Amino acid sequence: MLEATQTMTTKIMSPINLLHKHQKALAPIISLLLILLVTAIITPGFLHLRMIDGHLYGSLIDILHRGTPTAIVALGMAVVIGTRGIDLSVGAVIAISGAVTAVLTVNTDFPVWLVILCALGSGLLCGLWNGILVSVFNIQPIVATLILMVAGRGIAQMITEGQIVTFHSDTLNAIGNEFFLAFPIRVWIALALVLITIVIMRKTALGLFLESVGANVRASRLVGIEARLLVLSAYLFSGFCAAMSGIILAADIRGADANNAGLWLELDAILAAVLAGASLAGGRIYLALTIVGVLIIQTLTTAILTSGLPAQYNLVVKAAIILAVLLVQSPKTRQLLSQLFRKNMDYSA
Amino acid sequence: MINERNLPIFATLIVFMMLYGFGMYEYRGFRDTLVFTNLLTDNAFLIVTAIGMTFVILSGGIDLSVGSMIAFIGVLMAYLITSLGLHPLAAIAVAVLVGTLFGAIMGIIIAYFDLQAFIVTLAGMFLFRGLAYLINLNSVPINHPFVTALSDIYVPLPGRGGLTFIAMAMLTLLVIGIILARRTRFGMNVYAIGGDSHSAALLGVPVKKTTVKIYALSGLYSALTGVIFAIYTSSAYPLAAVGVELDAIAAVVIGGTLLSGGVGYVFGTFLGGMIQGVIQTLITFDGSLNSWWTKLAVGGLLLFFILLQKGIVTWAKRRTSPT
Amino acid sequence: MDLRAGEIRALLGENGAGKSTFIKVLTGVYERDQGTIHLDGQIIQAQDSGHAQRLGISTVYQEVNLIPSMSVTENLTLQQQDKTFGLISWKKAQKRAMALLAKVGLDIDPSKQLDSYSIAIQQLIAIARALSNDAKLLILDEPTASLDAGEIQQLFSLMKQLKEDGLGIIFVTHFLDQVYSITDSITVLRNGESIGTFDTAQLPRAELISHMVGKSLDDLAPASGQNRSQQPLETLLTIKNLGKQRFLQPIDLNIHAGEVVGLAGLLGSGRTEVCELAYGATKADQGETTLKGHVLTQGSLRSAIRTGMGYCPEDRKQDGIVAELSVRENMILALQASRGWWSPIPMVKQKELVEEMIKRLAIKTPDMDKPIGELSGGNQQKVILARWLITHPDLLILDEPTRGIDIGAHHEIIQIIQELCAQGMGLLVASSELEELVVFAHRVVVMKDRHKIAELDGEQVSEHAILQSIAS
Repeated sequence: MLEATQTMTTKIMSPINLLHKHQKALAPIISLLLILLVTAIITPGFLHLRMIDGHLYGSLIDILHRGTPTAIVALGMAVVIGTRGIDLSVGAVIAISGAVTAVLTVNTDFPVWLVILCALGSGLLCGLWNGILVSVFNIQPIVATLILMVAGRGIAQMITEGQIVTFHSDTLNAIGNEFFLAFPIRVWIALALVLITIVIMRKTALGLFLESVGANVRASRLVGIEARLLVLSAYLFSGFCAAMSGIILAADIRGADANNAGLWLELDAILAAVLAGASLAGGRIYLALTIVGVLIIQTLTTAILTSGLPAQYNLVVKAAIILAVLLVQSPKTRQLLSQLFRKNMDYSA
Repeated sequence: MINERNLPIFATLIVFMMLYGFGMYEYRGFRDTLVFTNLLTDNAFLIVTAIGMTFVILSGGIDLSVGSMIAFIGVLMAYLITSLGLHPLAAIAVAVLVGTLFGAIMGIIIAYFDLQAFIVTLAGMFLFRGLAYLINLNSVPINHPFVTALSDIYVPLPGRGGLTFIAMAMLTLLVIGIILARRTRFGMNVYAIGGDSHSAALLGVPVKKTTVKIYALSGLYSALTGVIFAIYTSSAYPLAAVGVELDAIAAVVIGGTLLSGGVGYVFGTFLGGMIQGVIQTLITFDGSLNSWWTKLAVGGLLLFFILLQKGIVTWAKRRTSPT
Repeated sequence: MDLRAGEIRALLGENGAGKSTFIKVLTGVYERDQGTIHLDGQIIQAQDSGHAQRLGISTVYQEVNLIPSMSVTENLTLQQQDKTFGLISWKKAQKRAMALLAKVGLDIDPSKQLDSYSIAIQQLIAIARALSNDAKLLILDEPTASLDAGEIQQLFSLMKQLKEDGLGIIFVTHFLDQVYSITDSITVLRNGESIGTFDTAQLPRAELISHMVGKSLDDLAPASGQNRSQQPLETLLTIKNLGKQRFLQPIDLNIHAGEVVGLAGLLGSGRTEVCELAYGATKADQGETTLKGHVLTQGSLRSAIRTGMGYCPEDRKQDGIVAELSVRENMILALQASRGWWSPIPMVKQKELVEEMIKRLAIKTPDMDKPIGELSGGNQQKVILARWLITHPDLLILDEPTRGIDIGAHHEIIQIIQELCAQGMGLLVASSELEELVVFAHRVVVMKDRHKIAELDGEQVSEHAILQSIAS
């Protein structure tokens, strides 16, 4: 009898719980919609889409198009942050993989697939390096990935011999700029990567283990989870994602610029993960929401551009948003607010 | 006095002397004092920033905003002088005050809202760069007789070398930094917080107030760097000093400061900055090497020092803890 | 409670008795809500630990609360540096440091890094610092926990000397031998109440222990002998000569299927250490563990788990729950870990398992997707238990399974232990509550000062017998 009532309450509770559970998801999604709405009011035609030759055009498509490199990097970053880590080297890895793509295309007869494979391999190698420093040598992630962040662009320049290497390849050009089924090909690539990652995370126990290690290493060890290998693979994945993004960026400009490719992209990627609600102290991994975070950042950038405001507002707005999000997330803020509130109550009483 | 904790700074000294000695051995031109004084001048802005960063890292934090701060302060100063007609001294005072204030605000957010220094100063990095853009998008020349007079100061030394105004400013700020770190209560508190902030609090160290002061100090030093940079180039540019935060962090680490805090010397940071300068000079002298070798060498040195420190810390732990 | 100048007072009590709360109130870390503190006849009220120090109350904690990366001089003079022209004079500081070190009888180089000295010397340096501002009352909070016998003697001779200088000392420890060798009087706390203050010389050891655990030897029947000894079936776990330096003296232990072995002893006696070594959470440096005939690889938890072991740690928050994850995720974690990441438990199966466990252990949670951190302590403990039950272990090690949970859940967990045992599982249960231990344990291993001092079997198991062997 008692049991029956309990299951009943569980059932009645569930829609409310569902809302409660996804409360966190609401904030980034609502923010994105709000930004889109405000921009649409300020800039008429912002939401307008046109179909030309079976290709969709418009500001929204532009946001997706420009957001893909960041989105792919942010995907890897979200996983690394979930293990209580951070990867500062992704910008440098982008430069390296772009350099590998360009130099191999120009200097060798490698078929395109092999070129891409080599570029991805260079990213994995970088990830392995970071992962070994973090999980084998136990060096703080910020410090460990700083090394490659500093040296990585030097490596990229060494590969391109200090030149901006331009290349021509139809396949790569297609990856950078062509359309497939109305959408840019690179958007399809990013989408596939995101979906595959989500499936792997949720349909194997990998996601669970990563989150468990990020949230409580000691408890995870005691149930027999091999933390080192997991953390290593998170950095491998981040390196892979950065390399993918590097290929797309190189394909976009049909060249490799070791100095500027992916500059400050690591910061946007970290920002996207934090906007999605990830804590830098590890724990939950929000892959889909991280993509929403990327879209927020990209929409803001595009919106400021199309609204006629000077582009330089972009940075100030971004900074203001990070600070606001951080302060709202901080438990200390809530504590301070409730203290203030209580004091006011005391005075009024 | 040589114990395992200051082993890194000796390593720094040895690396510096080896690189410099190699230069003197290999190239005749290297033996002139000019090379050394040029190193002082050309790396002054990096070293001044890195001194402020040393305090932050000693306390276990990090400050990513310094590069943007340099650009912002330079542009602000130029704006005050050229558009508002302020005397450069007044403009410098205002700009430095603003920089210190912004540093303090970041410190307050870090200390009182319990947020990671990394992400707060990242926001600062975006903000200051954005503010610099808002004031001015282009490079502005600063043509004021006072500024020209400052940048013309030159004290000749034996040989062909001589001290410029900014080299002397850097050396002064270095001495102040060394005194601040080793001879004041504030400095000791910084070391204590970086060593073990929980114990420091139990020992009566005002952890939060000190944290605010640390970031204010870093703001002050990078603001002064902005001023020095503007005087050096007689201009201000909102895109100046991009990525300097990385070079500054590298200088601090190569200077033997532990990135997790508590151990290190301001003088080591000076050497760390100079090492980067020597590497660059060597590559210029060589002529056949390319600029990317600087980055690779700095990255390699970073790796070396980080592993060295990791080894020392692990070794010390194994020795003191009985298990 | 009164403390005279030149008196050494032991402050005793089990975990949660209120020792640390008492110290924190005394030093102003916590605000008190009633009563007054007099020092030298004056009412005082410390605002924080810095203020308490200025008033003359200094504390030295178990983990040395100094800065390991700074020199001894820097540590001794932090926040109270001597200055010349507004700058710190290291010459004066050095002199001051030497003087302070002399007070505690240390002759070491104060310019060296603190962590270049042993823990014992660091402890003495911490005391030197505590004495630096004319302390009248010195509180030593378990200072001997990580010292060896010689170092303890060194500390004791210092304490005697300080006592002669007229200092009042409060000495918190859980080593009874030390209490009897150094203190003048004893205050016993239990469940947040003061049981009384006694003259050390006139308090027999057995009486002291019964004050601490709240039971008198006379009240207890010599042997209750209710549970027990059905002939045990097969031997599950054999521990041979398992030990680790400065952690646990080597011990032997057998556990049979369908048997509960209890681990008794006062705080710090080595209960937890036995559990950790047996499971492999801490790597032993000698001896071996055999489970169901397989010798376990030292330090490989996966091999222990796969062979059929489970472990609920003492510190539930730090080592047990993964607070951010849901009840369901926490519960399947161990089983999933032993299967590996590539072989996920299907969601339907997970829900089935978790649902069943929630029902079986009567876990109170609105739904299985609630973060475990939001449940009560008792329910968290049940989830951790369920985490292992799902893996169908043969042997379960429970370290303080009833710590910090409410009475109802307490009772339920004891019932679960008995049921599991009846189903043929072997259990090793460490507990500070003798009362509950004698209810379910078939055998009790008594620990003292990191030694196994007795093993009580069947008929012999009783609170009386356990207390007696601790006291002897």
